[in-house]
Amino acid sequence: MLESIPTAFLFFAMGLLAMAVPKGAARSALLVVIPLIAAWQVWTLPEGNLAPVTFFGLDLELMRVDRLSRVFGLIFCLIAALGNLYAWHLKDTVQQVAAPLYAGSAIGAVFAGDLVTLFFYWEGTAIASVFLIWARRTLGAYNTGLRYLIIQVGSGVILMAGIALLYAETGSIAFDRMTLGSLGTWCIFFAFGIKCAFPLLHNWLQDAYPAATITGTVVLSAFTTKLAVYALARGFAGTEILIYIGAIMTLFPIFFAEIENDMRRVLSYSLNNQLGFMVVGIGVGSEMALNGTAAHAFVHILYKALLFMSVGAVLYRTGKVKASELGGLYRTMPLTATFCLVGAASISAFPLFSGFIAKALILDQAAAHHHAIVWGALVFASAGVLSHSGIKIPFFTFFAHDSGMRPKEAPTHMLIAMGITAFLCIFIGVFPGTLYAILPYEVDYHPYTAAHVVGQLLLLCFALLAFGVLYRTGRHPAEIRCINVDSDVIYRKAAPSVVHIAARAISAIWQAHAGFWMRKTDLVLRGLYASHGPEGRMARVWPTGAMVLWIAILLGVTLAVIFVT
Amino acid sequence: MATESVHDVALTLHDQLPILQLVVPFLAAPLVMVVGAGRGVAWLIAFLASLAAFAISALLLAQVIDGGFLSYQIGGWAPPLGIEYRIDAVNAFLLFLISGVSTLVLPFAYESVKAEIAERNQALFYTCYLLCFAGLLGVTITGDAFNVFVFLEISSLSTYAIIAAGADRDRRALTAAYDYLVMGTIGATFFVIGLGLLYMMTGTLNMGDLADRIAPQTDNRTIQAAFAFIVVGMGLKIAIYPLHLWLPNAYTYAPSAVTAFLAATATKVAVYVLLRFSFSVFSPGFAFENYTYELIILPFAILAMFAASFIAIFQTDLKRMLAYSSIAQIGYMLLGLSLMNASGLAATMVHLFNHGITKAVLFMGVGALTLRAGSSFYASIRGMGRAMPLTAAAMVVGGLSLIGVPGTAGFISKWVLVQAAFEKGWWPVAFLIVLSSLLAVVYVWRFVETLYLHEPARDAAEAPLTMVVPIWITALACVWFGINTDITMTAANTAAETLLSGSTGLAEPSPWTSALPAGEASH
Repeated sequence: MLESIPTAFLFFAMGLLAMAVPKGAARSALLVVIPLIAAWQVWTLPEGNLAPVTFFGLDLELMRVDRLSRVFGLIFCLIAALGNLYAWHLKDTVQQVAAPLYAGSAIGAVFAGDLVTLFFYWEGTAIASVFLIWARRTLGAYNTGLRYLIIQVGSGVILMAGIALLYAETGSIAFDRMTLGSLGTWCIFFAFGIKCAFPLLHNWLQDAYPAATITGTVVLSAFTTKLAVYALARGFAGTEILIYIGAIMTLFPIFFAEIENDMRRVLSYSLNNQLGFMVVGIGVGSEMALNGTAAHAFVHILYKALLFMSVGAVLYRTGKVKASELGGLYRTMPLTATFCLVGAASISAFPLFSGFIAKALILDQAAAHHHAIVWGALVFASAGVLSHSGIKIPFFTFFAHDSGMRPKEAPTHMLIAMGITAFLCIFIGVFPGTLYAILPYEVDYHPYTAAHVVGQLLLLCFALLAFGVLYRTGRHPAEIRCINVDSDVIYRKAAPSVVHIAARAISAIWQAHAGFWMRKTDLVLRGLYASHGPEGRMARVWPTGAMVLWIAILLGVTLAVIFVT
Repeated sequence: MATESVHDVALTLHDQLPILQLVVPFLAAPLVMVVGAGRGVAWLIAFLASLAAFAISALLLAQVIDGGFLSYQIGGWAPPLGIEYRIDAVNAFLLFLISGVSTLVLPFAYESVKAEIAERNQALFYTCYLLCFAGLLGVTITGDAFNVFVFLEISSLSTYAIIAAGADRDRRALTAAYDYLVMGTIGATFFVIGLGLLYMMTGTLNMGDLADRIAPQTDNRTIQAAFAFIVVGMGLKIAIYPLHLWLPNAYTYAPSAVTAFLAATATKVAVYVLLRFSFSVFSPGFAFENYTYELIILPFAILAMFAASFIAIFQTDLKRMLAYSSIAQIGYMLLGLSLMNASGLAATMVHLFNHGITKAVLFMGVGALTLRAGSSFYASIRGMGRAMPLTAAAMVVGGLSLIGVPGTAGFISKWVLVQAAFEKGWWPVAFLIVLSSLLAVVYVWRFVETLYLHEPARDAAEAPLTMVVPIWITALACVWFGINTDITMTAANTAAETLLSGSTGLAEPSPWTSALPAGEASH
């Protein structure tokens, strides 16, 4: 029976149920159990097109299950369960309803076999997720949420335009591999690019994720961008331009992450950098590269969530999230610190951790397809990852100078959620075969070769050494309270002032004309009221004779028309 | 079932469905009068009769929804001499609508009638209601032109009576009923004059037979005049603009249940008769018919869409506003009709149905508000959205459907209508359809604003369950048919094809019933 229900609907039902079930353990349990059921469903579903629907003459495919969509669907369900477990303490209906709707939309989009369904879910993720930002209920979060929503919905609108153009051109709405060329495909590509945080389209990510609620960020970090990665992998695998876009994506966030003070923003930049690896994999487009992208997305969702969870737990206990205000927390939050280190080791791709076995696939493929410069960039970026995520996050949060704070250890449910996630990170790192088995294509790859392990360790050790030297000699960028200027300054500062000037001018012109048109409109309305109002000619109760007269007239006219023509 | 011929004399109940459709309410009517209104028995009988009719209509619709038709010969007399009941997708769909609406309106009527009609009149009221109901079913089901007239008179006469029943609440119901009586009688007279002219020229009254005999003499002035008389006569019952003048008063002053029932069914039946005569008896191929539709019906339909909507915007009484909105909506149906293509006809058919249920929700909602607030003036229902959340919410759903918001039934019909206009290449008309929908936004917003955004004028309880439940069933139907269009669009498309394929001629004579596929019967 479970087979016939699209997975997304399970989540929507969960969202509705969450509204009905009273706040507390019952609701929290519901939010953990249903994603697990959904995960089991995704695991057991046969491949194929399971839920075809005809809607206004369009053939929609709500459940296209193949190996690529399954691996994404599976990790989405898993992280939804873990994220909700992490949020067990929540008593906020807005978030508890928005999170399932958001997860459901993302999963629905992954299983969408056609572009129209994709579009609906695409917009669904945008609209549902903004509530996770607004749920913080501050003016800042509200404004950030609006900016986020405008960009996300904008992506949806561009996507729809692209779909319409493509449909006009090919007459098909199937969501399969596309070739860049026509305006339609470029629109779709651009829409995916916005959600995937391509360079210069990326600002929403660093703007919005640090602004969401503690638990909201964990959920947000998993879905939107990885959905975009999936969409690119499905639609634009092997598109060469992606290799270069991806390479740039891996590089530029490093510098911002390095100097950023807000830990969650550091993680957001690092997320952006990680996406770059996946995008490169898609750009290379070989079977192994796509495997690499899928594997990397899978493990990345886990360790990124783990990092956000640990930083979130600190924020939950201390109310602080800036590097300059934190430090030395390992004394009282040892478990959280340990989990954070596991996440850091995973993202830095230490051997025996999950990042190691996934990233290597992409790097090897970049090398195998003779993209030497790109390969170099990726290696450099890997070192950068270690520096800003692998070292900076745990070091400045839990070690470094003592902030003097002695918060309690994170709540039990958070520890359990982090513990499970950390376990998965290590498990996948130690037994890569389990992950390789569910990748889209056959995997014949052994990450634990001497050369690979040694090479990676060398890289990591030198990066560690560099950090140590820089820190000791005081050359490492100090953690200072500051706001870093990214390209979003264009639309956050410059654009508003331009708009402001323009608005004044337009307002002046408008004022001059408005009076004129207002008077005109008023006149028209008065006229309409005089004729159509309750006492007007048209609406009055007519005497019977007048009605009869109309019949006679109409008959006469009809006869005239019939006979004359 | 509809694809095989049944020639043997099988007297199962199933074969008698067409006649049972009528007999059940017809017999229930005098029964109600004899039993009297005590302790709700009259209501119960009426409801059971309506429910049975609904079940029968559903069975009939299931048989013909994919095309083909059923032919039933009264008393075994073969047409053209005998009277034939002929059921195809067109009228089965309508029977389904009429009996469905009646079955929903009756539970609603229970409390409403108690409050609005003096007790001694209640049994008579239900009697007349059933007669009206049976008459409407009869008009729809019959395949005999004169029989249409007879049933039309049965339904009209009882309609005058049940409208006048509103006099217990507001004496103006009497003048409204009187006006309608005069107008309705003239309309019926025109119609029967048209029939007389046709009979003069053809010597037959069976529709199929008529069609066969009219076809060779389309240049005949008498036939053409007959068409004019029938169109104008039916136009009056439909309330084609400017023959709508009887409608606002009749709907405003009739008892709430009557308005809900009539608004959803009576004008729709008249539209059906016009359809039937325009396509099955006359044929869209006739030049004079095309000109009539293009030069007279179309402009008036568009005029109705705008003028009536403007009037609705300025009304101060919700019930009267809805009455004017009905006139505007009739404009859409006639517009679909005057496109004279399959999608236009499908749009008309589907709008018949969708507008029927939409207006049923709204008028029932008004009835519930009237029950609690005393009247339906905006001033007295102000703020009732808080006192009566369920009723008001259902009315919002109905209002959205009236506008044609996606996800509601109203959207489907307007969508199909706009498509049909495009298909015909009439871009300006499509534009006008959308434009006039904006007017609906204005008048719907007015009552939503009145219900929700004002301080309540009075304390009132939610309407009784017997009202809320049917209102919500209908409201959900508005949503259901807005999302799942299988039944409505299939029926409407089949109906449109059936109509456009012209007359299917006389049914093959057989003792009781015969179920024949379309097209095979005309050889």
